[in-house]
Amino acid sequence: MSGPVDSHGIALRVENCAKTFADGTRVLETITLDVARSETVVLLGPSGCGKTTLLRIIAGLETPDAGGRVSFDDTDVTRVPIERRNVGIVFQSYALFPNMNVAENIGYGLKIRGVKDAERKARIAELVALTGIEGLEHRRIDQLSGGQRQRVALARAIAVRPSVLLLDEPLTALDAALRERLRSELNRLLRTLGITTIYVTHDQSEAMALGDRIVVMRKGAIAQIGTPRDIYFTPASRFVAEFVGAANIVEARCKDGSLELAGGRLLVGDGAANGNVSGKVLAMIRPETIKIVTADGAALSGQVDSISFVGDRQRASISGAAAKPIMADVPNSVTFKVGDRVGLAIDPSAVRLLPGDAS
Amino acid sequence: MSPIRNRPIFAAQLLFTLAVAAFLIVPAVLSMMAGVTANYFRGIQSGLTLQWVLQVWQLYADTIFRSFLIAFSTLGVTLVVGIPAAYALHLRNDRLSRAVEEIITLPLAIPGLAIALALLLTYGSFGEFRRSWLFILVGHVVFTLPFMVRAVLAVFAASGVETLDESAASLGATPWRRFRDVIVPNARPGILAGSLMVVTLSLGEFNLTWMLHTPLTKTLPVGLADSYASMRLEVASAYTLVFFVMIIPLLIAMQVFVGYRSNLSGTRR
Repeated sequence: MSGPVDSHGIALRVENCAKTFADGTRVLETITLDVARSETVVLLGPSGCGKTTLLRIIAGLETPDAGGRVSFDDTDVTRVPIERRNVGIVFQSYALFPNMNVAENIGYGLKIRGVKDAERKARIAELVALTGIEGLEHRRIDQLSGGQRQRVALARAIAVRPSVLLLDEPLTALDAALRERLRSELNRLLRTLGITTIYVTHDQSEAMALGDRIVVMRKGAIAQIGTPRDIYFTPASRFVAEFVGAANIVEARCKDGSLELAGGRLLVGDGAANGNVSGKVLAMIRPETIKIVTADGAALSGQVDSISFVGDRQRASISGAAAKPIMADVPNSVTFKVGDRVGLAIDPSAVRLLPGDAS
Repeated sequence: MSPIRNRPIFAAQLLFTLAVAAFLIVPAVLSMMAGVTANYFRGIQSGLTLQWVLQVWQLYADTIFRSFLIAFSTLGVTLVVGIPAAYALHLRNDRLSRAVEEIITLPLAIPGLAIALALLLTYGSFGEFRRSWLFILVGHVVFTLPFMVRAVLAVFAASGVETLDESAASLGATPWRRFRDVIVPNARPGILAGSLMVVTLSLGEFNLTWMLHTPLTKTLPVGLADSYASMRLEVASAYTLVFFVMIIPLLIAMQVFVGYRSNLSGTRR
């Protein structure tokens, strides 16, 4: 579930890499991670979780603490400087060279590699077409929009056919609509090219859309590794549950396979049904798995506190069902109002028990 | 400006500005006029002449050439030393680098005479070196280096140059290649501003140079002082005229060059 199988398919391996800065701050705990060839792995986490540091260690911009090892295709590159690692990086600020035009930026890595003029021109034309920036080749960088800069940065990074493509929050600097469009373009591009990619972001929807696997990070450590589905439906901790998507976290006593809540009982389908879990537990329920039904005869009921209409759905907050209000995403066709007593129908399989970690 | 102008206030402001400008410009004009007057004490009616200018040229041409030689050599050294130094200081940006920055700025606070004295005490016995113009060059470099370093540092601080450096590194560029292709081109506005300062300061430097020069290594400002002290006032004034005629076109040319280059690279920041 969390690691690719045979070592031939491994393009990138990070072993026991930790990072302590000169002032003693430990920004990265000891981390081990394998990335398969052509795989897109997203490092997801809040700011300061160490995701960028991990990316920089892979790039060769930081060295891991003693004992750490980074290898590309089974070759140890821990001591290899960045300029000989053959990586492509897209920085958050894009870091395009202001003293060169678009074509010169894209062709810079090829020029360094001594690629002949004609071949370089052909490759630049290919990338310009691939990233959809035709006609901008001779523009100066300061004449480009944010989205165009992002494309140039991407074209420049993949021009050299890197062994690993590293993207550090590449869409963060753009406005929401553009971000969405470029995200799907980026997705298509990464699939087409089949480059092994590490993508750093703090945006969970970006992570879901782009990642073959997601590495959720917290306080310099890996909180969970898994496919977007794994992460979303079976989060390993409360932190992951709350960071990825919206989640109701209820703390309750579990008895005979169901949770005893203020507004009734809630059947748990998560192995606890066999009665092998009892006592106080922590459970997660995604808002979209909750159906609003009539209160009469419902196993669990509460009172509608507030409704916010979002367009494609409406989010209701229901109090009295559990200790804290429960969020439920309800189809926009259902009509009910604040103050109504409603029943909550929740499929037992949608109730996930979480390890009772500190937060 | 608002279309309805308060005329009396505007007139007063204009008059004041003109008066201040005149206060500063008139002495320069008078001095230059004295340089082409046949007899300063009899005034302009004594006639205009270029004989003093000619005399200055005969007596002091070597100081003029030496001044330019020293100024451009100083520029060369401050470029070669100052740009990498600024980059190193910018990248490190720790307590040590800030201390170094302060130390190289010290020559601005220490009187030139004191620096000259220190140089003389230390290297005065190296005869060949002491007698050559290189001795003055050393003094000028010590004095002007902070201007170059500061100007370049300011541009580095404003331009996120370390990410550009990392970006070039990721594309395979060696440190030297990065410095040449990315660091220097993007530091250009600072380099040009620094160069302008260095050349101007070196051409006009008197304090240090006066202490360090020998009769055979006079520079233009030292020669000027010499002529004021020992020649007719007309000769000294003609010297000032020559100085102006040489330095003003140079400064204008450099300014135009700076403007032209920064137009080329656009408004980036």
